[in-house]
Amino acid sequence: MMKPNQIIEQINKSLPGSIEKQTEYRDELQIYVNKEFFPELMKLLRNEKAFNYDLLLDIAGIDRLPDEPRFELVYVLFSLEHNRRLIVKLKVDISDTVPSMTYIWKSADWPEREVFDLLGINFSNHPDLRRILTWDNFEGHPLRKDFPLKGKDFDKKFDPDTIKVY
Amino acid sequence: MTEAKTMTLNMGPHHPATHGVLRLVLELDGETIIKATPHVGQLHRGIEKIAESMNFQQVIPLTDRLDYTAASLNNLGYCMTVEKLLGIEVPKRSQYIRVIMSELARIMGHHLWIGSHALDIGAMTLIFYTFRDREMIMNINEELSGYRLTPSFLRIGGVAKDITPDFVKSVREFVKWFPKAVQGYNTLLTDNIIWRKRTMDIGSISAEEAVNYGFTGPSLRGSGVSYDIRKALPYCSYDDFDFQIPVGENGDVYDRYLVRMEEFNQSLRIIDQAIENLPEGPIKVDNPWVSNPETDEVTEDISALIRRFKIQSEGPKSPVGEVYHSVEGSKGELGFYIVGDGTAQPYRMKIRSPCFILTSALPRLLEGHMIADAISIIGSIDIVLGEIDR
Repeated sequence: MMKPNQIIEQINKSLPGSIEKQTEYRDELQIYVNKEFFPELMKLLRNEKAFNYDLLLDIAGIDRLPDEPRFELVYVLFSLEHNRRLIVKLKVDISDTVPSMTYIWKSADWPEREVFDLLGINFSNHPDLRRILTWDNFEGHPLRKDFPLKGKDFDKKFDPDTIKVY
Repeated sequence: MTEAKTMTLNMGPHHPATHGVLRLVLELDGETIIKATPHVGQLHRGIEKIAESMNFQQVIPLTDRLDYTAASLNNLGYCMTVEKLLGIEVPKRSQYIRVIMSELARIMGHHLWIGSHALDIGAMTLIFYTFRDREMIMNINEELSGYRLTPSFLRIGGVAKDITPDFVKSVREFVKWFPKAVQGYNTLLTDNIIWRKRTMDIGSISAEEAVNYGFTGPSLRGSGVSYDIRKALPYCSYDDFDFQIPVGENGDVYDRYLVRMEEFNQSLRIIDQAIENLPEGPIKVDNPWVSNPETDEVTEDISALIRRFKIQSEGPKSPVGEVYHSVEGSKGELGFYIVGDGTAQPYRMKIRSPCFILTSALPRLLEGHMIADAISIIGSIDIVLGEIDR
C-alpha cells in the first residue's frame, strides 16, 4: 500500500508543479491542486494504474468570503482497488469557470449542478447545467456566506408569468 | 404535415410510486421510455445552510430528517464526523450501542423499501408483514429514546443514556423472531414467477458503469462490486463482528433485491453479536469539553454545574480543519464533509447523499424500458427524497 508521501511523489513525478500544497489532517491526505493542471491531474488520478481513483464520491463547495480566491471546491475520491481515499481541493474565484469532470466520472453531473445552484460556480462542458435544488427563477445562491439565513424573497409574491416550466 | 412520434409524460411529484416528491418527465415512444429527466428539490429545506448557524449538538436532530426511514444511521454519520474533527474516540460500550441502533435502523429502512417496492409492483401482501415487524423496532426506539421514527439517540462523544435491561430483552426477542419473518418475505417473493418476470433483466447496469455513475451501497453490490465501508474502512467497532457482504451478479432489479434481502440476515447477525458481547464501561467520552457531567455530580459540585451550562449553551469548539467521514447507510455511502473554523458551529457541512447520486443515474437506468418497469427500477434503487433534497 502506498504511503501518503509516495502518492505525492508519484504525482510530482508525472505532473511536476501540479500540487500547490498538501496537508494531512486526521490521517487523511488533502491536496491543493494548481488551477492550470487541474483537468490533467484528475485524469491522471483516474486512469493511472497506481492511483486508480474510480469512484468520485462527492463535490463540495466552500465559500470563504473575505478570502481571495473566494471559493474552494473539494473533490472526494475513492479507489476501490487500493481502498484509499483522497481529497483534492481547488481554489476558485467568483469569475472562474471550472472544467466539468463529467467526462471522467458520470457521478460528477449532479454534484456540479448543486455547486452551480447553491454557490454559483460555473462549469464548462457540463451537459446540463441547470439549477437543481432551488427553483428555476430563484435569485441568489443560498450557500454563499452573504446570503441571509432566512432567505431573500420570503415575502415576495408568487408570479406565475415569470416561471419557466420544463 | 409532420406526425408527432413521441409523447411527454409527467410522472410525479404526487405519484405514490416515486417514493416521495420525485418528478420524472418521461419522453415516450408508445410505452417505451426514450428519455427521462428527473426533477428534484421539492423537499429542499436547506439543512446544510441551517447547520451553519447551529451548534454541533443542535444539528443532530436535523440529520434525522435526511433519510427518515433509517434515522439512527444519519446520526451515526454526523456524530462520527464531528468526533473525527474534534479528535475524540467514544468508549467501546457506546460504540456497540451505536452499532445496535444503526443496524436496527438499517433493517427499518429495508423494511420500508421491500414493503413499498413490492406494493408498487403489485404484491400488496408484503407491506403488511414488513410494517408489522417495523413496528417492533419502532417500539424499541420509543422505549429507549421516546421517539419512534427519529430517535436522535446518539450524541457527540457517546449516546444519550445507557441502555436498560428492557431494551436488551426486546432486542433479543426481535433477534429471535426476525429470521422467521425474513423467511416469510422470501417465500412470498423470491421464487414468485410474477416477481421474477417483473424484476429480472430490468434496469441492468454493469459493475464498471455503476462505479462510474457513483453507485454505492446495495445498488452497487447488486452489480457485483463488493464495496461496503463497514468492511473497507471499518469504523465504530465493525471489525469486531463477523458478517458477510452479499453481492449480486447481473446488476438488475432482482439482484439488488436479493442483496438487500440478505442484508436483513447480516444486520441481524451483527445485532446478535453486539447485544451478546456488550462490553461494560462508560457510555460517554471522558472529555470535559464534550460530555455532560452526571446529574448527581451537578447537584453537588458548582464547577460541574458551570461545565454543564457551558456545554449546553456553547457546545464543544472545533479545531481549524476539514474532515470527511462516511458510514454505510441503508442506501449507500452516507458521508459528511465538515469544515471547522475554531468556533462551536460548523463553518460548512456538506452531506454526501447516496440517493442523490443514485437518482442522477435514473435517465441511464430507465432508458429503453417500459413505463411499468420504471416503477420497479425506482423502487430498486431505494431512494428517499428527504435525503436527496436535504
